[in-house]
Amino acid sequence: MTRIFVPDDAAALSMGADKVASAIKAEAQKRNIAVEIVRNGSRGMLYLEPLVEVETPRGRVAYGPVAAKDVASLFDAGFLTGGKHALSHGLTEEIDYFKKQERLTFARCGVITPVSIEDYTAHGGYAGLKAALQKSGADIVKDVTDSGLRGRGGAGFPTGIKWKTVHDAKADQKYVCCNADEGDSGTFADRMLMEGDPLTLIEGMTIAGIATGATKGLIYIRSEYPHAIAKMKQAIANAVAARFLGDNIQGSGKSFTLAVRTGAGAYICGEETSMLESLEGKRGMVRPKPPIPALEGLFGKPTVINNVLSFAAVPDILAKGAEFYKNYGMGRSRGTLPFQLAGNLKRGGLVEKAFGITLRQLVEDFGGGTYSGRPARAIQVGGPLGSYVPASQFDLPMDYETFAANGAMVGHGGLVVFDDTVDMARQARFAMEFCAIESCGKCTPCRIGAVRGVEVIDRIIAGIERDKNLIVLDDLCQTMTDGSLCAMGGLTPMPVQSAVKHFPEDFDRPPVAKAAE
Amino acid sequence: MLTKPEMSPDGERARDVCNRHGNRPDELIEILHEVQEELGFVPEAVIPVIAKAINLSRAEVHGVVTFYHDFRREPAGRHVVKICRAESCQSMNGEALCSHAKASLKAGFGETTADGQVTLEAVYCLGNCALSPAMMVDGQLHGRVDARRFDEIMGETLSEAAQ
Repeated sequence: MTRIFVPDDAAALSMGADKVASAIKAEAQKRNIAVEIVRNGSRGMLYLEPLVEVETPRGRVAYGPVAAKDVASLFDAGFLTGGKHALSHGLTEEIDYFKKQERLTFARCGVITPVSIEDYTAHGGYAGLKAALQKSGADIVKDVTDSGLRGRGGAGFPTGIKWKTVHDAKADQKYVCCNADEGDSGTFADRMLMEGDPLTLIEGMTIAGIATGATKGLIYIRSEYPHAIAKMKQAIANAVAARFLGDNIQGSGKSFTLAVRTGAGAYICGEETSMLESLEGKRGMVRPKPPIPALEGLFGKPTVINNVLSFAAVPDILAKGAEFYKNYGMGRSRGTLPFQLAGNLKRGGLVEKAFGITLRQLVEDFGGGTYSGRPARAIQVGGPLGSYVPASQFDLPMDYETFAANGAMVGHGGLVVFDDTVDMARQARFAMEFCAIESCGKCTPCRIGAVRGVEVIDRIIAGIERDKNLIVLDDLCQTMTDGSLCAMGGLTPMPVQSAVKHFPEDFDRPPVAKAAE
Repeated sequence: MLTKPEMSPDGERARDVCNRHGNRPDELIEILHEVQEELGFVPEAVIPVIAKAINLSRAEVHGVVTFYHDFRREPAGRHVVKICRAESCQSMNGEALCSHAKASLKAGFGETTADGQVTLEAVYCLGNCALSPAMMVDGQLHGRVDARRFDEIMGETLSEAAQ
């Protein structure tokens, strides 16, 4: 029976994947052909979604973007045997966008049935955990340290050092918490992994638990991700049933339990201490550091907190060795980063590559230039708290240190591309506005500074004492950078100041009359 | 004369939800999600019920309800439309979509249409940034939404409801 893959990733669903799946089923019935429809994750070529794949002896053949109305013509063209069609892209793995990637973390995503233990293990899943179960906690931590893995959530802190702190701490209970509060615009890699290969995250967290002596884990997923929440819960249930979670994992005597917690629409809960408060059922108010969560985290106990992709990188490191992972990348940025190509781009999607690739390669070679066809003017790298990078810096290699030296940050590798119609003064204003909406309110520079920031930028846009107000804005940004408790207030000046620095002409335009309002 | 007030049906359901969560204070956010799922919003009257069940003060529960954008204190319309206003959607002219939505529904963000059919909400990122602008209607995600597609989707949503 021919197997047809139709993703049920949220992005694919947003372009009508469910309708396509039902249309294929109905058309096959009408033609009396037996087919098996598999709902896989996304291959990451989101511009082709819904991307339908047909299994043939040569490999999987891709068609996309498929609409329900195309289905009859696909059958007519013999797509069940990989026949030619206007939507055909040949073998999926030969598509340039896909072929040129270095897929480690996302190797299985889109290939397997997301929550199936059988499929997962058949594709190399749980090899990392098996290796980990043969080692001492300290040796696992050493492997992670040696791999050079740094936190994929944005801050880039060495994962192994964090784990060692928790490993060395003495406590009656330790926790592993996964930060899946992926609230930054321009990011969707966490979501894609949780929907397309959730067991990788479960395996990574289980290894973290065994390495550090933590027996309980929680995954904090934002409520905007209902599909990811459902997939994670199902995957956890399947892992428990197969004895990969719970007491005495695979007869090893080790225990680890895992549960999902749902966020409630607060951006700030992506900040790790705010997330801990939220996991404890409280308002997501940021905690001062120290104490660091690795020593006093959830319920005051030592806690490993990592992003989805940091945990998801670990199984490969354990299965293939630290050296294998370390051989990718440049400088002190080791391994691969799943870049997320977003915004005004022809070919948006997920591109996993070793560090060192340039912005231009990502946006032009992979992304195919802007969707609008106009020149790209700015790329916001690393989310709403990241810098706006001007075209003159598009040749910078993606490397934590290089970006930091140029006043920007790689962060989680999310790129939002803007064409030349963008008004950077408006974008700077939005950064402050967003901070004012989402600030937890605990520290003054963030709570008050963001509101004052909007007012000052409004005056600049309106042409009121521009030179003086630009000085006030700079001073305010400095106060927020130096005085905020966490990265929300501390980094909001990044997009603001990069906009002022690289696009000064946008802050010096004739004032627009507010007549339309 | 003081009589013990009878618990409202809403209060009883909230108490049942707390029970299902073992009356644990750390599960407050899950409890509130479930209460909202059952009642459509978090009525003022259930806050003391939840507080009592999980042994927190009313102020603490009130604090949590009001901190998080997800929790409504008033009923929403029959359909909830969330439009993304974050950077990626801005880069694809999401502001035009927002204006179109507000004009066609005759409701602003955070408001419900006069007929009670649709509540319009702003969100900051739905994780569909490669296919901006994005919106979510009753939990269903949509990508590459322009004014025309917005009208189509709303047409389908409202006609399904009428049937």
